[in-house]
Amino acid sequence: MNLNKIAPRILTHAALLLICAGFLLPFFWMLSTSLKPLDQAMEFPPRFIPRTVPLYTYHNKVTPLPQNYYDVITSDRFDFPRFSRNTLIIAILCVTGTVISSSLVAYGFARINFRGRGVLFAIMLATMMIPFPVLMVSLFSIFRFLGDHTPIQFLGTFKPLWIGSFFGSAFNIFLLRQFFMTIPDELSDAARIDGCSEFAIFWRIILPLSKPALIVVGLFTFMAAWNDFLGPLVYLQRPEQYTLALGLQAFQSQHGGTPYNQLMAASVLIITPVIVLFFMAQKTFVQGIATTGLKG
Amino acid sequence: MTHADRKNLFKGLAFCSPWLIGFLAFTLVPVALSFYYSLCDYTLLQNPHYIGAENYRMLWNDHVFFKSVINTLEFAALAIPSALGISLGLAILLNVKIPGQSFYRTIIFVPSLVPIVASCMVWLWLLNGKLGLVNILLAKIGIQGPSWLTDVLFTVGSPPDRVSYYWAMPALAFMGLWSVGQTVIIYLAGLQDVPQELYEAAEIDGAGAWGRMRHVTLPMISPVIFFNLIMAIIGTLQVFEKPYIMTQGGPARATYFFTQCLYENAFRFMKMGYASAMAWMELLLILALTGIAFWSSKRWVHYQGK
Repeated sequence: MNLNKIAPRILTHAALLLICAGFLLPFFWMLSTSLKPLDQAMEFPPRFIPRTVPLYTYHNKVTPLPQNYYDVITSDRFDFPRFSRNTLIIAILCVTGTVISSSLVAYGFARINFRGRGVLFAIMLATMMIPFPVLMVSLFSIFRFLGDHTPIQFLGTFKPLWIGSFFGSAFNIFLLRQFFMTIPDELSDAARIDGCSEFAIFWRIILPLSKPALIVVGLFTFMAAWNDFLGPLVYLQRPEQYTLALGLQAFQSQHGGTPYNQLMAASVLIITPVIVLFFMAQKTFVQGIATTGLKG
Repeated sequence: MTHADRKNLFKGLAFCSPWLIGFLAFTLVPVALSFYYSLCDYTLLQNPHYIGAENYRMLWNDHVFFKSVINTLEFAALAIPSALGISLGLAILLNVKIPGQSFYRTIIFVPSLVPIVASCMVWLWLLNGKLGLVNILLAKIGIQGPSWLTDVLFTVGSPPDRVSYYWAMPALAFMGLWSVGQTVIIYLAGLQDVPQELYEAAEIDGAGAWGRMRHVTLPMISPVIFFNLIMAIIGTLQVFEKPYIMTQGGPARATYFFTQCLYENAFRFMKMGYASAMAWMELLLILALTGIAFWSSKRWVHYQGK
């Protein structure tokens, strides 16, 4: 190989290595700070690698759990177990609702040729342009009205955060429709001749064939619920209902001088599940994102 | 309409009914309601009562609101081109066939998964004036970094019209570059769809690397650039968490953006009618900007003949 061919490849490697180092640095810094005792976290100039990592000691026995993480999990200002439980409840309800409702609707848009389908689909795509902040005032008043005039309370409960997901979400309907359209019509036709109802075709043929797409939708929804900040900020009132995102912000803003080592430990705890989920379904996931941008 | 048509219509609507109901209840009614509220004096304590266009008149004279709109537009002008440009550059690098490609792609993508609140905490620490990693690294090459989230960048004019610009705005745009992963992936998918023959043909015609980029790659992926642009406009105009958590809109309202203004008016000052008027302005602004993007797309977005 001559130099002309090799040089650009070496340059590409060099550039990518440098950029990747930059992208990893925040993770590294966060992890490093989260393991340091406070005096080391605040020392100047700081060290990249903690000199010592204090570990939680239980009955004179050293555990592998770093002290900061123990302090965060048991802190009375950051009720980690409760916040995780709240976040999980909301996320699981959102995932269930979104997967069921969005796949039903996507089936309608993808596989049934009915009058007005094009118009409805266009309207649905257009709703993606309306962001939550625009709707939050009136949604809040609607939920308040319902709470005042029916026996069911909405504000100050988790309901406003998940109820909408049972009515389909435009983005996920779009994604699933794209996938359903790639499944050959002959499969449905054959089932129809065998006397299958439309719902049976959806349930027995299309859904089992669409597992990768359903997983992507589930993951997207889970992460969106896990990350959501503005929704919980608007609808939740009491600290014991906080989600992890809201709890972390409260933890940071309540402390006058933030103990950054604990704040970083809490951040690591919130980030880890998302990253783990991603690596478990990496390939499906990346394909999912790519499809949304391409077939528009 | 034949019998089969009617049957299909019934079936189609049945399958779409969750979305139809949801669209009515969670989009159409709230949008209509927010228009009505925007014409009302409506605090949470009493029922809305009609006051005509008064809220819009007040908006027109509200300096704080105007400041938030200008800030949001400035932020968009700063953050959107830099994010779109840098992620395109990254995608091109990540599209070069070299060993370790998927490893590099993963690393660039992963930060975009970090929950935004956690990302704010990390960057609060990274951008810390004295102990932040950013300034420590800058010090190593002999630059003394400012206190990113509080210091003045530059000042124009003399009192009383003096206007100060703060580091906080570019700092927020900069930290956004850490989470461009999704945009990069979408670009990559577009780059992979460019037919190889086009590059070969261009090479035969004597096009260099730049020529191939300019006349093959860019036109071919322009629909993807357009898609990313639209998503970026919608996303950036509603930016909320970063400034709310990291700067509380400061210093001196330098990062006080549209959504925070709306949020505070609605849920802190309880001016729900006034906030609804703002919501409508936000919607119109998004429509206007995406409209401009769509209009301009005729000139630069090339769709392959379909």
